[in-house]
Amino acid sequence: MSSYQSLDIKRRSATEFTPPAIRSTGLEVAKLIDVSKCIGCKACQSACLEWNNLKEDVGVNVGVYDNPHDLTPHSWTLMRFSEWDNPDTGNMEWLIRKDGCMHCEDPGCLKACPAPGAIVQYTNGIVDFISENCIGCAYCVKGCPFNIPRISAVDRKSYKCTLCSDRVAVGQGPACAKACPTAAIMFGSKTDMQEQAARRVEDLKSRGYANAGLYDPAGVGGTHVMYVLHHADKPEIYHGLPNDPKISPLVNAWKGGAKLLALGAIAFAAVGAFFHHTVVGPNKVSPTDEENAADLVEEAENGSPQPEPTRAG
Amino acid sequence: MIGEFSRRQFLRTAGAGIAGTTLGAMGFGGAEQALAQAVRPFRLAQTTETRNTCPYCSVACGIIMYGLGDRSRNTQASLIHIEGDPDHPVNRGTLCPKGAALLDFVKADTRLKHPMYRKPGSDKFERVTWDFALDRIARLMKDDRDANFIEKNKDGVTVNRWTTTGFLAASATTNETATLTYKVVRSAGMLVFDNQARV
Repeated sequence: MSSYQSLDIKRRSATEFTPPAIRSTGLEVAKLIDVSKCIGCKACQSACLEWNNLKEDVGVNVGVYDNPHDLTPHSWTLMRFSEWDNPDTGNMEWLIRKDGCMHCEDPGCLKACPAPGAIVQYTNGIVDFISENCIGCAYCVKGCPFNIPRISAVDRKSYKCTLCSDRVAVGQGPACAKACPTAAIMFGSKTDMQEQAARRVEDLKSRGYANAGLYDPAGVGGTHVMYVLHHADKPEIYHGLPNDPKISPLVNAWKGGAKLLALGAIAFAAVGAFFHHTVVGPNKVSPTDEENAADLVEEAENGSPQPEPTRAG
Repeated sequence: MIGEFSRRQFLRTAGAGIAGTTLGAMGFGGAEQALAQAVRPFRLAQTTETRNTCPYCSVACGIIMYGLGDRSRNTQASLIHIEGDPDHPVNRGTLCPKGAALLDFVKADTRLKHPMYRKPGSDKFERVTWDFALDRIARLMKDDRDANFIEKNKDGVTVNRWTTTGFLAASATTNETATLTYKVVRSAGMLVFDNQARV
């Protein structure tokens, strides 16, 4: 355990060995995004850029409110706007979802990452990218069930929301949650956020949203960024929020079976080479071979044709 | 050296290399590598905090401006971050997207920092002193008021109206400033009076 760490590490990418934590794990934190209260003002985006000293280029309007059009190495959070015709009521509903890292309990990015310590999970649940260790291979992009990490063209490293780990480490909430003028983004312990969500879901149900619910998908072990959705039975209408997110089977195969097989093959080659060396021994050049070779050289130098050269043994 | 490097030596070295990397792939590498500090250091720890009001709209959210340094003599203060003031009753720490990006407003190249004056007939602004600007405004207001002030209406009733000049007040004012502004404007007889927030 390093004494100079402000947050204890629970999991570390490409590392089997993680020092046991002596301190108690402390508070498990969560961010609750109440989609039903969001007005799409993008204060969270502004606050995120400012806190993290990031700048986004001035973009172009392509006819939608999403700005920028997708998550970028600079924009770690993004309001995604979806227009949905509700077949039950005939009304068009404007669904606005704050997209960004979900901080999964079982992080696909961390599992896929081959660079030791480039992705860590703290005991409070935050999944953080440690840029110094990132090799820019983009495996985390494949590993993420929510398509969140983005690779920077400047330094070829991967970036995403840190859940403001630097603020949380000193006992503050994330910048986006603090800024949100309608309290659609709340931050606290995971238990408190689940209770808050339960109150909101009850309220929404009393207002006619029978399928209101909490999005805390079990497929990735639950998340530390949760949504309150008015239509929790159809998360995909919220700009393609996955219904049952799971880590890609490719990641599990690559990091599980394929890795074992490859390591086995390498070990077999090493052990095989050792036994071949001890049992069979190195190839020796016999005196006959040397004589034949000398004859060949001599004939070549004399320029006399060699109709049928004898192959050295 | 390289000339003496035989095929056999090459294979031997390569084999040793593979064996080494294989050990690394089995996960022994992490145990040796110290767990480096991961979390970005909190960047507001020793900044100077200054309370202010957001200059945008009439909601007048409270903000805290975080300045570089501790105001010691040889440190030039400079704003590095702005955030909502959690103790302010209006916004309780929250901010809108414009307020959350106030630092860009402060640091903008196009920000107006001095009184600027465009002479009649000129096509560009030039920097002037506050004394010049205030004298010029007072002079023009006085001239206009003297020329257009309406003391009585057509029925002879005293009205004291000054309808040819308007006043646009700022939003980021305290109640005291607002009261004073109101008294100054109304006592001059000005009728056209509005707040920036409605523009």
